[in-house]
Amino acid sequence: MERSTVLIAVFAALIAALGLVPKFTLAFGVPITAQSLGIMLCGTVLGAKRGGAAALLFIVLTLAGLPLLAGGRGGLGLLSGPSVGFIIGFPIAAFVTGWVMERVKTNVLTSSFIASFMGGVIALYIPGVIGMALVLDKPFVAAFGLVSAFVIGDLVKVVICGFVTQAIYRAQPDKVLSRA
Amino acid sequence: MLTLTVPQKTIFHKISAGQKLLALCVISTALFQIKSLIVLACLTCAVVALYLSQGFSFAKFGARMLWPLWPFVLIIGIYHGITNDIGVGCEIILRMLITVAFANMVTMTTSLNDMIDVLLRLLRPLNWIGISTKPLALTIALFIRFIPSLIERGITMHAALRARSRGKSGWRIVVPLTLSVLNDADHVANALRARGGVWTNDEG
Repeated sequence: MERSTVLIAVFAALIAALGLVPKFTLAFGVPITAQSLGIMLCGTVLGAKRGGAAALLFIVLTLAGLPLLAGGRGGLGLLSGPSVGFIIGFPIAAFVTGWVMERVKTNVLTSSFIASFMGGVIALYIPGVIGMALVLDKPFVAAFGLVSAFVIGDLVKVVICGFVTQAIYRAQPDKVLSRA
Repeated sequence: MLTLTVPQKTIFHKISAGQKLLALCVISTALFQIKSLIVLACLTCAVVALYLSQGFSFAKFGARMLWPLWPFVLIIGIYHGITNDIGVGCEIILRMLITVAFANMVTMTTSLNDMIDVLLRLLRPLNWIGISTKPLALTIALFIRFIPSLIERGITMHAALRARSRGKSGWRIVVPLTLSVLNDADHVANALRARGGVWTNDEG
């Protein structure tokens, strides 16, 4: 019990740290942070329940007023803004990533690719696009067009997430709870 | 750490967090029903006046919190400029800005502690069905405590990486950072267990 509680807390903090520390810039200048990589790692390392809880904790405290979202954003305004769907999608994405990870029993690398794609891309962009379409009063196709530039960055993160999870599994297999 | 609350005290600080949140829910829901551009324009003026009534620096802080929305304002403006229904575009932009501005006002004038109190109070019914909210309070505290440490560790690792490699790929620190976090979690969990564990207060 103690271990789960602490893991949820530290992984929520990891999502926050990854939103600030390493910054990548894609070839055509779209800046991306590792924040959604943190969401995917919650799922692939902690599994569905703990991973989802960590992402939920992160989002709840961000909405409560901690400026932890990449770019130093936070607060209740996020719920009325165009990115509302992505905010709500974070815990869903972590949960789905973990859920898939626990069920696809190939090697860790392949499973992580599949899981983080299903969770971190599919399960994140569905609520994300719906939220954007509603707030901006646009059809879903147009809303998807607006965020499509970020899909490439997230696909890069799916690949990184796979290799990171594999590296963690090689170093300390007992720590990858989705496989325990 | 940076905060989203304003340093000065405003009249909104005197209203309780619960009341502000309730008011925000009502206002936001109502705003999504308003289709008239004139009403929205009047409300925009009211919001600006409300911000300015608490001083110029408060209004400036509020404007800075709205700033990340500019790409959406631009896109909607261009889209409706092309489709030649600029009225609809203005309506969408104003509605978005007003609802976000109201929500930001609550965030700017409510301390994190008060927000967490409201959250724990809302979750209190869980205690009646046997789910304790005590571990949640501990988890929140641990989370907040770990954020600055992990950011600092990330910066140190990034600096070390840059010192020994010419590549810019920051993602290489993710593996050691995650591993260090997993080890930390074990240490803290052991320390908690040694001090009586998470459940003590409920069972004892």
